[in-house]
Amino acid sequence: MKAIVGLTALAMLLTTVAAVADDPPHATCEVPAYLLATDNKLPKVAEAVKTDRKLDIMVIGSRSSTITAPDGTGFPGRMEASLRDKLPGVTVNVALQLQVKKTAEEVTKDIDQLLEGKKPTLVIWQTGTVDAMRSIDPDDFRTAVDEGVAAMQKAGADVVLINLQYTPRMETMISTTPYIDIMRVAAQQREVPLFDRFAIMHHWNETGSFDLFSAARGVDLAKRVHDCLGRALATFVIDAAQLKPAELRIQR
Amino acid sequence: MTSVTDHAAGAFTGHAASTDAPSAARAAPTQSVAITGAERELRLDLFRGLALWLIFVDHLPPNIFTWLTFRNYGFSDATEIFIFISGYTAAFVYGRAMRSRGFVVASARIFKRVWQIYVAHVFLFTIFLAEISYVATQFENPLYSEEMGILDFLKQPDVTIVQALLLKFRPVNMDVLPLYIVLMLFLPLIIFLMQRKPDLTLGLSVLIYAVTWEFGLNLPAYPNGVWFFNPFAWQLLFVFGAWCALGGARRMAPLLSSRILLGLALAYLIAAFFVTLTWHLPQLGHIVPRVIEQWMYPINKTDLDVLRFVHFLAIAAVAVYFLPSGWPGLKSPWLRPMILCGQHSLEIFCIGVFLAFAGHFILAEVSSGGAGIHFIVSISGIVIMSAAAWVLSWYKRVAAKSGTDAKSADADADLAGGGS
Repeated sequence: MKAIVGLTALAMLLTTVAAVADDPPHATCEVPAYLLATDNKLPKVAEAVKTDRKLDIMVIGSRSSTITAPDGTGFPGRMEASLRDKLPGVTVNVALQLQVKKTAEEVTKDIDQLLEGKKPTLVIWQTGTVDAMRSIDPDDFRTAVDEGVAAMQKAGADVVLINLQYTPRMETMISTTPYIDIMRVAAQQREVPLFDRFAIMHHWNETGSFDLFSAARGVDLAKRVHDCLGRALATFVIDAAQLKPAELRIQR
Repeated sequence: MTSVTDHAAGAFTGHAASTDAPSAARAAPTQSVAITGAERELRLDLFRGLALWLIFVDHLPPNIFTWLTFRNYGFSDATEIFIFISGYTAAFVYGRAMRSRGFVVASARIFKRVWQIYVAHVFLFTIFLAEISYVATQFENPLYSEEMGILDFLKQPDVTIVQALLLKFRPVNMDVLPLYIVLMLFLPLIIFLMQRKPDLTLGLSVLIYAVTWEFGLNLPAYPNGVWFFNPFAWQLLFVFGAWCALGGARRMAPLLSSRILLGLALAYLIAAFFVTLTWHLPQLGHIVPRVIEQWMYPINKTDLDVLRFVHFLAIAAVAVYFLPSGWPGLKSPWLRPMILCGQHSLEIFCIGVFLAFAGHFILAEVSSGGAGIHFIVSISGIVIMSAAAWVLSWYKRVAAKSGTDAKSADADADLAGGGS
């Protein structure tokens, strides 16, 4: 008798486990509010949107700011689309300056050239990946990020920093933690918002939004991740600039 | 169980004197810090075992266990403990050898040990190479095409492998053994000086540390950058461990039992805890004044930041205060696995690194990294490490019994050092 009860209980337990496992992964890619919270503001973005109804953004990034697919599917393009959607009546332009295989120091060296004649209101700087891969001395990385952000601010732009991707497959190969820590501190010291791409992607992987371990060769997963990143980044920029899209609509 | 392993612990130092230890140590708690007699200091084994477990857990992808490791609650982490205790035990064991057998023989023994560590490192590198070669051929997700670039070094194995043999090319999580190799290479010199002028030797070590910070000394790494654990800075912990082993701890005993020091240590640990808290909960960022933030950051692990070193000292002071050497818990079967791991640190460290690789692999290939499988991987890793340590203890006990007396005495010195 006991054995039968025990077996039944076990069977029930197993079915529950199986049912849980069968649950389809969430198709959404929501980002919890705390991952998008920042104390640092984007006053120039707020002003440009409110007075000029215009927002020029330059994204400076390495390869992971893009995907090998038709233009506009990387997160900069998705952010542009999302911002246009969320900020009706505002002319949003996003220019992408790819700096493939360049460390933060190399980008910082060229920063004046990159910004020359462009006068973006906001510079979004995605960095750290190349430095982590080449294990650049953390001290040098810190100096480079700090000087780079300072140069962008000096050129009259607000700045947003984007850190590394969460790359579960490569965790035994790339040491990301020091670079992520440094970017957090650098952002805090220069008072610029940091878009924590690493934590956000990690969250998506944990909650099952995306399987970032996937060995799929197709570009589909990359497209979906970049779409979600682009939308989250748009929300992040709007929040950090303390814009209220509803108010903009009324003004129109 | 307890009695068997006790016997084993005694056998390491060649003396089965562990049975009467608790009462003796309780009677004189201030002496507890130093290993004065032949008694194996179980607390060192315990904490080194703990450090090995924590290093393993920290090398796995972050999961629920990671929150139990104390790098999340303060500045220092398991590496500090590992290096300090290694310095302590190595100086203790080889220091004795140097007194009884002379400088040359003891040095030869130390270099034999260095060779073992080097071979272990190369072995781990081979496993690493196998793993990433697999990833390189199997895995091609366009989302990560940039990060996959790290595998480019596979295109020139000639350079890479030579650089690895020169300890200049070191994959992630394989930085501790090269540091250890360099530190051990200088151990004969350290002990030689320490046995004559201990305080001067410690002073020299502090001086090298200061010069390192002033002039940014480090060893070059391949393809670029520097050693993740700067030997010029981390030697301070190792030498400090040696200084404690060769009499320093005994001299510090009155200081360590003072309540004022305990209070200071606890205050520092609590302050560090709150600072660390702001890393995980940025909303709390305002509790650390900006001035302090500017002065404090960055907390440099590569060069063993003073804040980290002091944090380690505080932990050590608190641990020594609350866990005197006669602490009955040391005999508890529950702590046995940890102690055993600490007694075979090189082997268990290597197994831990290997298991961390394997854990990554399982999490990537078998599951998509759910919390449940994460938990299982962490637990199994610790169980495997403990089981391996138990087997090693068993084997050494058997081997020691079957050897002649002279032979086993020699082996014992190696074994105890082998623990280092």
